[in-house]
Amino acid sequence: MRSALLELRQITVSFDGFLALRDLNLSLQPGELRAVIGPNGAGKTTFLDVITGKTAPTDGDVVFKGRSLLGRPEHRIARLGIGRKFQSPRVFEKLSVQENLALAVSRPKQPWSLLFQRLTAGQRDQVHHLMSIVNLQNRADWAAGSLSHGQKQWLEIAMLVGQDPDLLLVDEPVAGLTDEETDLTADLLKSLAGDHTVLVIEHDMEFIRRLESPVTVLHQGHVLCEGTMDQVQADPRVIEVYLGTSEEENG
Amino acid sequence: MFQSLQQRRWLLVCLWVLIVAAIVAAPAILPVFRLNLLGRFLSLAIVALGIDLIWGFTGLLSLGQGIFFALGGYAAAMYLQLSNAGDLPNGIPEFFGLYGVKELPFFWHPFASPWFTLVAIWLIPGVLAGVLGGLVFRNRIKGVYFSILTQAALLVFYNFFNGQQKLINGTNGLQTPATKLFGQYVGSDLMQRWFFWVTAVVVILIWALLRWVVRGRFGDVLIAIRDDEPRLRFAGYNPTLFKTLVFGLAGALAGIGGALYTVQSGSASPQFMEVPMSIDMVIWVAVGGRGTLVGAILGAVVINFAKSLVSEALPESWLFIQGGLFILVVTALPEGVIGWFRGEGPGNWLNRLGYCLNILGNWLIRWGNALIRQSTAFPWLNSLGINTLGNWLIGWGHALNSVGIVRRIGTYPRLELEGQVEVQP
Ligand SMILES: Nc1ncnc2c1ncn2[C@@H]1O[C@H](COP(=O)(O)OP(=O)(O)OP(=O)(O)O)[C@@H](O)[C@H]1O
Ligand SMILES: [Mg+2]
Repeated sequence: MRSALLELRQITVSFDGFLALRDLNLSLQPGELRAVIGPNGAGKTTFLDVITGKTAPTDGDVVFKGRSLLGRPEHRIARLGIGRKFQSPRVFEKLSVQENLALAVSRPKQPWSLLFQRLTAGQRDQVHHLMSIVNLQNRADWAAGSLSHGQKQWLEIAMLVGQDPDLLLVDEPVAGLTDEETDLTADLLKSLAGDHTVLVIEHDMEFIRRLESPVTVLHQGHVLCEGTMDQVQADPRVIEVYLGTSEEENG
Repeated sequence: MFQSLQQRRWLLVCLWVLIVAAIVAAPAILPVFRLNLLGRFLSLAIVALGIDLIWGFTGLLSLGQGIFFALGGYAAAMYLQLSNAGDLPNGIPEFFGLYGVKELPFFWHPFASPWFTLVAIWLIPGVLAGVLGGLVFRNRIKGVYFSILTQAALLVFYNFFNGQQKLINGTNGLQTPATKLFGQYVGSDLMQRWFFWVTAVVVILIWALLRWVVRGRFGDVLIAIRDDEPRLRFAGYNPTLFKTLVFGLAGALAGIGGALYTVQSGSASPQFMEVPMSIDMVIWVAVGGRGTLVGAILGAVVINFAKSLVSEALPESWLFIQGGLFILVVTALPEGVIGWFRGEGPGNWLNRLGYCLNILGNWLIRWGNALIRQSTAFPWLNSLGINTLGNWLIGWGHALNSVGIVRRIGTYPRLELEGQVEVQP
């Protein structure tokens, strides 16, 4: 067995005593596509915050490519090869679609190279390629803020891909998309897996099913179970969590 | 398309010819007093350009630019005082005698060199701004807290400079008009004319530099910092570095502005670091247009000219006018005057005007038609020329209609986010 690309070891996150994550263990193999589901407030977004350096865990360790990520600032973690799409799309609204993507593909991301170098021909091609993948080539010069919600989702996914990270963390990519767009997004993420490692958080079960990937169920900051979509959906604990009373969930 | 591009190019060429002609001819047209004011205000425009860079583009509202402005001013004044102190007692500037100081304080020595001074004018404030800014940005202090800190720093420097009689003449500051540069008195008409020209050229050069800085990807990063700094980190950028750099650059620009202002106003003094001065600087940019470089220049020059004209006519009333202006801009034109022109402002007004003309035109047509109908029913009306009048009204109606059809500037439909706001720590 190859060594894991990402490993979360007994991660605990406490917000003033409230445990958003409890003893969370999870590992991702290189090239894997993994879906994470769980009821609202299960800690899914918090767990991405821990990986990307936004939230420091109270306890435990995050290991990426054999190195601990703890204590590293967000931009260094990103440069190590971890990219993230946020739950509500966060694009740079005053910049055009093209400029948003140009920032994503720029490398190195240092002031002097941005000042004194132009995008290479390859990078410009990449920007155009990305725009055509997410169907925004006619919107290249539109301000990202004037795009529809779904278009922003796609733009942010395109920015994530343009960043070319080894690990893509995708938080609710299809919220607010049409069925057709949802299917296209699933296909896009599937095509990325293999070269990249992809972790997708989503509430849309149809979408998760279409990913045909192993599923991890998170509940109250803990991994409840793992397996294929069919296995997970048949698991009585999962059924209880999703259908059962929600008093304890709200903590 | 091609034609309009050509036209724009011609317009630009004409505009530049006009600007250059105005700068060259200004000393011949304006009385020395006004020319000197214009030169001072152009120096302030350099400070405003720096504020626009850090505030308009990067979102850092500094209320302490007076510090860097004063440092540049003092550097220039120290050189002028030193270079003229040769035949004075002890060979040091006169004011030291008032406090019984016999020896030049150590930090004055390098300012005997014109080359050192030319570099110090921008390097000292630039480095100080970079260091102070870097410390603050590292700790992720943002928004109002940043503004408050800059103002606190301003007060610290203000009090320090005020209290140092033996080092820099305290409250009185350093005077320059009676000093000589290139064998001429700094306060003389000839020198003032040259200072004006130099200032105008420096403004243009700095405008060009900043345009280059904000136009490319570097400028895009600044805008991204302004709009969503945390998001930018996850894209692999280090906002602290960019913010430190531009804050340092803005400090350096304030220093250059301060030096040019000092030689034209005749003194560098702690008054440069009074709180209202630094707030005024921000107002120039807000009124002219945050995020537009031309707006910062025009804001600084026009507001200051208005200030001096109003103060001559109605002393005491300027503060109210300035306050009113600021409130008006913040509420009615939040992007500033130039920002409004660049954005959809005039377009929208044209739209509205066009809409009114349209309605008026339709109404005239209807009225004209009704008159003609009447005149066919009652032929005797024809003798009164009603028919002609009706046709005339219809003609005007159509004319207004065709003027009134202004291309609507696209406001694109926006979908609201569906209540999924991320938890921000
Ligand atoms: N900064 C914070 N301070 C305090 N509590 C927080 C913070 N961030 C998250 N929480 C809490 O931690 C829990 C987990 O939140 P998280 O956002 O990770 O849930 P989620 O699984 O992403 O939910 P959803 O499906 O609604 O996006 C929630 O109860 C939330 O209120
Ligand atoms: Mg979430």
